[in-house]
Amino acid sequence: MVPIGYYIGLSAILFTIGALGVLIRRNAIVIFMSVELMLNSANLVFVAFSRLYNELNGQIFVFFVMTVAAAEVAVGLALMVTIFRAKHSIDVDQMSSLKG
Amino acid sequence: MTLNLLLFLILAAVAIASALGMLLSRHALYSALYLILNFGTVAVFYLILHAPFIAIAQVTVYAGAIMVLFLFVIMLLGAGQLPPTKVLPWQRPVAIFLAAILLAEAVYLIFFRTSELPGATTLTPGFGDPEAVGKLLFNQYMLPFEVTSILLLAAMIGAIVLTKVEKK
Repeated sequence: MVPIGYYIGLSAILFTIGALGVLIRRNAIVIFMSVELMLNSANLVFVAFSRLYNELNGQIFVFFVMTVAAAEVAVGLALMVTIFRAKHSIDVDQMSSLKG
Repeated sequence: MTLNLLLFLILAAVAIASALGMLLSRHALYSALYLILNFGTVAVFYLILHAPFIAIAQVTVYAGAIMVLFLFVIMLLGAGQLPPTKVLPWQRPVAIFLAAILLAEAVYLIFFRTSELPGATTLTPGFGDPEAVGKLLFNQYMLPFEVTSILLLAAMIGAIVLTKVEKK
């Protein structure tokens, strides 16, 4: 097995790219995809440590994270369709109706 | 060993390149396609790490179901590319600066530790097989598994209620 540090490093890079995507993109769908990327990088470390310690529990956690991600995407995209109907845009800069 | 390392480096390069492609694409549709490529490479990592069940779940659930949902919504709304608007001038440099700090912290913690990370232990035969995963899932993790079904039901009802058109 490749040393575990390599996997943690790759995961950290992917997580940073995801966080950067949340911060700099204005399209709400791309922001959502960046969140998926971050969840995925966390899953990679779960599986890598599961292999390292010969413990299956990490893989079970990845399974649950996938379920939560699927639920999150379903509700999030439904929200986005609703927002698009109301404002005709999914630019997050335009979603400022609550601003005083 | 060197072959494993070479495979890891090539796959890591593809994963990082596709993640950057997702970040930098102008059109959301291209972002989604790059993300599918990224999920595919991560699925190959799972196969290397003796997790075939998770790898297949990754391909079917993530690269399949979730990304099809994304592509469907992008095409439905026709909002792949946003019209240019007034942006905050300081936002992008600050975001890049903060991300650089996050990455620097992670690199520092990984490569400049005082204690050594343990090496890989030998695997028990049948590690990561669907049979082993299923046994653990349906014995030790039975309650969380059932709670997951309630979560999915709630998400399903939520999605239907949110997108329902109200008749006035």
